[in-house]
Amino acid sequence: MKLRRFTLPYILWLIVFIVIPLLLVVLYAFTISDNHDILSFKFNLDNLKRFFSSPVYIQVLLRSIKLAFISTLICLIIGYPIAYIISRESPKKRNTMILMFVIPMWMNFLLRTYAWLTILGRNGIINIFISKLGFEALNFLYNDNAVLLGMVYNFLPFMVLPIFSVLSKIEMNLIEAAEDLGADKTITFIKVIFPLSLSGVMTGTSMVFIPAVSTFIISSLLGGNKSSLIGNLIEQQFMYTGDWHFGSVMSIILMVFILISIAVTSKFDKQKEGEGGGLW
Amino acid sequence: MKRNSLIVLLMVLLISIFIVGCGEDKPKVNVYNWGDYIDIDVLDQFEEEYGIKVVYDTFATNEDLYVKILQGGSNYDVVFPSDYMIERMIKEELLVKINKNNVANIKKVGDQFLNHSYDPNNEYSVPYMWGTVGIIYNTAMLDDYPESWADLWDEKYKGQIIMYNSQRDALAVGLRKLGYSLNSRDERELEEAKVELIKQKPLVYAYMGDEIKDAMISGEAAIAVVYSGDAVYMKWQNPDLEYIIPSEGTNLWFDAMVIPNNAQNKDAAEKFIDFMTRPDIAAKNAEYIGYSSPIPEAVALLDKEVQSDPVAYPSDEDIKNTEVFNDVIDVIHIYDRIWTEIMSAE
Repeated sequence: MKLRRFTLPYILWLIVFIVIPLLLVVLYAFTISDNHDILSFKFNLDNLKRFFSSPVYIQVLLRSIKLAFISTLICLIIGYPIAYIISRESPKKRNTMILMFVIPMWMNFLLRTYAWLTILGRNGIINIFISKLGFEALNFLYNDNAVLLGMVYNFLPFMVLPIFSVLSKIEMNLIEAAEDLGADKTITFIKVIFPLSLSGVMTGTSMVFIPAVSTFIISSLLGGNKSSLIGNLIEQQFMYTGDWHFGSVMSIILMVFILISIAVTSKFDKQKEGEGGGLW
Repeated sequence: MKRNSLIVLLMVLLISIFIVGCGEDKPKVNVYNWGDYIDIDVLDQFEEEYGIKVVYDTFATNEDLYVKILQGGSNYDVVFPSDYMIERMIKEELLVKINKNNVANIKKVGDQFLNHSYDPNNEYSVPYMWGTVGIIYNTAMLDDYPESWADLWDEKYKGQIIMYNSQRDALAVGLRKLGYSLNSRDERELEEAKVELIKQKPLVYAYMGDEIKDAMISGEAAIAVVYSGDAVYMKWQNPDLEYIIPSEGTNLWFDAMVIPNNAQNKDAAEKFIDFMTRPDIAAKNAEYIGYSSPIPEAVALLDKEVQSDPVAYPSDEDIKNTEVFNDVIDVIHIYDRIWTEIMSAE
């Protein structure tokens, strides 16, 4: 009973900052109105139909998913070895390395993304170097590759940290046992270490995929708004067109999509009851 | 337990200090303006002269402001929307009429800046700043210079053009290029503009908002669509830049001060608007942000160089072929669809 009392603030927090806003988005998604007076909202599914009847919106959604998928994959390919290497170090060294990894995240996300403009721009550091060598300056910015780079750069720590935390908790004697039983390094990794780290991989995947699929800042700053992602369309509805109803529909569709993809990944995640690091 | 109650006590104390601190008796005026659109010093000066505290807050887009006012609750006394948004807010009865007896300085506003279609008798608004939309280009980076909107479709500028990332402004470029009104409500005309803008896409370096300033100053690209006020600032920073009003004509815009329906202190609001329209204050703001003041006496207080700058203060001849935006809320879904299709085109 005593514990109950202390959960009250959290429940209040949940209601005020998560449940009510979510319900509002749902309310906006399935209604129309001339103004923002909630009492005048009328139930209506036109906005939902509008999304699915126009190929543009579906295309943008698919593009966002594609880019988010690729960036998640790249994060996994780069992030897993990093997490593995760090987890094999002595605890002291390990903490320093993780700290080095996390420190850039103390800086504002926007600022870090902005910094890439000065690195990749036509008059950026790389191009100054290239033209010093006598070559023509290159266009790095304002294309899909720049957007992918921005996503991988910004979200890589979200892949590394959960994998690292799972890897560093694997009991050494399990690995020793595998070696005693005649497994070489590769087999140990494939049969013991990797399966045990799967929960971290799943968490990392979700934590990279979700912000990547919904970002609008990265595609705006590094992609030059040349091809919208679903996040840009949602931003457009809220900030410029002022159609909160349609913006909410798109948010809900994106949310449903993310839920499905998490449900699918967690299906594969047999270890989710095990060591920490699972998202659910 | 003891320690817990101590923390609670401390928090209560802290919160009450906060509440007491805010509860001064001084009258207040809540001002809601564009970001970076004022010389902050004038707020202190207002507080000193009138004994009214200014609570200052900023917004980024007209639509942002509109929703805030519509939902109420925020209780701003003076806000600074643009022309078409003022038209919409008047239509939707979100504004109150300004008592011109209390805003004597409205007489100082130049005639050509009053009585535009968005507020025919200036019953609701007093102009704050005005300007045009045009093309800025870098003379050091180009051999021949653009003169018209159509030049933004010229292959030789491929990868050098920055377009404005805004529905109305970008579509206006396409519409004027085709010789249509930038207030077109005709779906066929808008479709044509869409085709043009999609055709232009391969030549465009990027679609940007405020970042245009940095990009043009640093020479990232050679050509951009910008507001005249921003052009003034960019030219300060990089003398190679030149600004023109394209030959097909362009958008003439105003940002003006209005009082929302739910203002708490209309009296202070009118005092504030009157103060902002006073020539010395208007000159201070114009000098600080680089935008063009609609008050001739204020302009006369600026540097001679600025006064004769055709970017900030174009001749009547230069702005002959301009249009002020009208509100298109009734066909906004067409604008929105067309803009989405342009921005999503591969």
